[in-house]
Amino acid sequence: MTTREKILADVRKSQPPLVAAPDITLWENRQQVDGLTVLETFKAVAGNVGSKVISVESIADIKTHLNIIPGSRVLTSIPQLFDVATDAALAAGATPHELENVELAILQAEFGIAENSALWVTEKQMGTRVLPFICQHLALVVNAGDIVADMHAAYKRTQGSDHSFATFIAGPSKTADIEQSLVLGAHGPRSLSIFVLTT
Amino acid sequence: MKDHAALAEAFNKDEQRVDWHDETLWWVRQKRDRASHQIPDWEELREAASQIKHNVLSDLGNYLEQFEKQAIGNGITVHWAADAKEHNDIVHSILKRHGITQMVKSKSMLTEECHLNHFLEEQGINVVDSDLGELIVQLAKEPPSHIVLPCIHKKKEEIGDIFHEHLGSEKGESDPQILTETARVHLRNTFLTRRAALTGVNFAVAETGEFVVCTNEGNADMGAHLSDVHIASMGIEKLIPKRKHLSVFLRLLTRSATGQPITTYSSHFKRPRPGQEMHIILVDNGRSVQLGREDFRNSLKCIRCGACMNTCPVYRRSGGHSYHTAVAGPIGSILAPNLDMKQYADLPFASTLCGSCTNVCPVKIDIHDQLYKWRQVIVKEGYGDKKKAAAMQAMAYTLSSPKVYRIAGKAGRLVMKYAPFAVNNGLNPWYKQRDMPEPPKESFGEWYAKNRS
Amino acid sequence: MRVGLFIPCYVDQFYPNAAIATLELLEKLGVEVSYPARQTCCGQPMANSGYEHLTEGCNELFVDNFAEYDYIVSPSGSCALHIKEHLHTHNDEQKALGIRKKIYELTEFLTDILKVEKLDAAFPHRVGLHQSCHGQRGLKLAQMTELTAAPFSKPVALLNMVKGVEIVPLDRPDECCGFGGTFCVAEEAVSAKMGKDRVADHIQNGAEYITAADLSCLMHMEGILRRLKSRVKVIHIAEILNGVKETVA
Repeated sequence: MTTREKILADVRKSQPPLVAAPDITLWENRQQVDGLTVLETFKAVAGNVGSKVISVESIADIKTHLNIIPGSRVLTSIPQLFDVATDAALAAGATPHELENVELAILQAEFGIAENSALWVTEKQMGTRVLPFICQHLALVVNAGDIVADMHAAYKRTQGSDHSFATFIAGPSKTADIEQSLVLGAHGPRSLSIFVLTT
Repeated sequence: MKDHAALAEAFNKDEQRVDWHDETLWWVRQKRDRASHQIPDWEELREAASQIKHNVLSDLGNYLEQFEKQAIGNGITVHWAADAKEHNDIVHSILKRHGITQMVKSKSMLTEECHLNHFLEEQGINVVDSDLGELIVQLAKEPPSHIVLPCIHKKKEEIGDIFHEHLGSEKGESDPQILTETARVHLRNTFLTRRAALTGVNFAVAETGEFVVCTNEGNADMGAHLSDVHIASMGIEKLIPKRKHLSVFLRLLTRSATGQPITTYSSHFKRPRPGQEMHIILVDNGRSVQLGREDFRNSLKCIRCGACMNTCPVYRRSGGHSYHTAVAGPIGSILAPNLDMKQYADLPFASTLCGSCTNVCPVKIDIHDQLYKWRQVIVKEGYGDKKKAAAMQAMAYTLSSPKVYRIAGKAGRLVMKYAPFAVNNGLNPWYKQRDMPEPPKESFGEWYAKNRS
Repeated sequence: MRVGLFIPCYVDQFYPNAAIATLELLEKLGVEVSYPARQTCCGQPMANSGYEHLTEGCNELFVDNFAEYDYIVSPSGSCALHIKEHLHTHNDEQKALGIRKKIYELTEFLTDILKVEKLDAAFPHRVGLHQSCHGQRGLKLAQMTELTAAPFSKPVALLNMVKGVEIVPLDRPDECCGFGGTFCVAEEAVSAKMGKDRVADHIQNGAEYITAADLSCLMHMEGILRRLKSRVKVIHIAEILNGVKETVA
């Protein structure tokens, strides 16, 4: 008997009689509060977890808010911002280690969540998975209309999407492991800027 | 081998430190309260989470097979480990095949349970823990004292000393900001030079074969995405049926753990990066046995948030190491006896059964009721405290007979003489820090006989 | 309505005044109360230590003593909860089940069954209310701070009917005192520390008295207060609700 067969046999011998999973459609189908409230909640929560939220009317407007150190490496997946990026385009297919010196990455998020200010970023938008983690600073762009109320609505949006890797990002990398003192910039980005496109 | 009471007594030698430890964790509990009280249907969410896990436990065999099939289809290699040794051997064999002698690891309580680090060091493989708290205790050669806050027992000055010795920080430096920066620089180099990374798993989705890893630091992602080989170790109870169920658990997990609305990163791993190898090890290590214990199987619902530790008045005043097991606190005290009833016979007694743990548990595990039930099992199996047994027999004898009870009471209110707190003989622990009430002239029974009949 | 008064063993032996106050209060409220003389203990000290199998004698006695009553009332939340959850008998399990349904801790009996709305009592003091865990989390005498739910408190509502009572706020309104049955000696260091911390919360917030619906917690805290030579006293809630006649010092 293989270990696999043994574990499965032991589990089946021990498991209690079948009980159905509860119905969570109540939460999934809950009426969304109006868009304005959702956006305000998103901004407030984002501020609480250390993100900087900036409302912009166009992608071009983002440039006026970027404070790029001359000579530092900037990567983006957003074509309208290629002119501020060091490399002409996102270094797709780059080996992860080549991204070690990225100062700023500007990536598109698919959607955001008001209740926790998390943004859903998939591998397609990252180019290379490690990018939003290894860069010193991260900026994410999200359309105001793409902010949903809560996690139930969020997972509803991910249904049917096939991603090899995706992540929710809520704030800069942080730790409170030393005496519960909050420190931003543990291993990943020291800051997270969220550009909310209002048009 | 010292038991919980002895280790807790040692911890209490420094009362100021106990106060500091208690207040730090109470603060985390308060953050949890503020976060959970903001969700109007918090209690309904807990119930839903508990029921989803109930469904998982009741159909675990099928979910495991479904998950395996999906994960393999996604290009992940799936391994099965019956116990800690098999798990450790699998990790070692993967590393050996690639000729890898250095590995970076993010937080995984399962690997603590399996004593993986120790095993790999013996095989000549260097392991670096990348969670800041875990790194600190690893450098201090200690186990974590808390599943979410591994070095919550350490003061910043002590951490400064450890970093000075091992990472070359300035002597006397104790600013958390500067110490964290020191670790960041040190670990960045580690992440960049390790070809293998091991992570834990918070949730694995049977429907899709993906798994979710939650961190605030981003260390799991740094390790995994820079590695050629990613190994994810998970207990078989980590499964959930569908991706949509993640919504319920991710709403509960971090609010319960630290009061944050969500961790900074909730990463969904479904397929390896092109050119990367991804492994999942499904570990039993006593879980199928616990699943068969009707009174205790609910403990397998645990999502490792640590809320029961933060709220536990005993944990806060005895420290995580007093539980002498990988998972400390109330949840550890109902998990550990399943692994070794003799070694952990003391843990279900390290509680006042106050029930706060049960109330904060996001998956509604009846923790304090299970502690009570483990006490009965441990005594019946013969692992109870031998000294207590005689006292209990005598007490039961006295209290089973109204006549004996009255006589004992008349003899100077000594009915409780078998309850160890009633006699001030210098040996009785009650009197170390407490007095007894003044014995009254007569018992209520005697008063009643005179005044009402 | 015939009520059987259950006075737990340590209350009988060490705190007769609390038992007398419970009796008098129920009598004043027009309840027909009697105290079965052959009662001893609920069996909890053994059961919580893992010796539930030694509680058969206590259980049989309890059933014999109390099966005949409409209600059983006890001035101890912990003992009432133990009976509610764990009373069994070989002879007549239906009787045991019946008792489990009709046993009440005093303040819940006053609130839920007698529906008391006013009391003729005065206690012009600052009082700290200790929420005993078994009464609160077990019998749900008051809302628990861990839960997201509307607040209520049966003991507080009753205390507010007593003239002059000023309830002091606590930093941790429902933290355990650390008594825990045999825990108090088996885990002496942690138990005593918990007790000291609980007492300190009451003292810092200006309590003159610490009250509770459970004397085991009060006995533990009194032990600490006396060792500290504190002037703060413990008093069972029944004595306040009954209108305690202050003893001359």
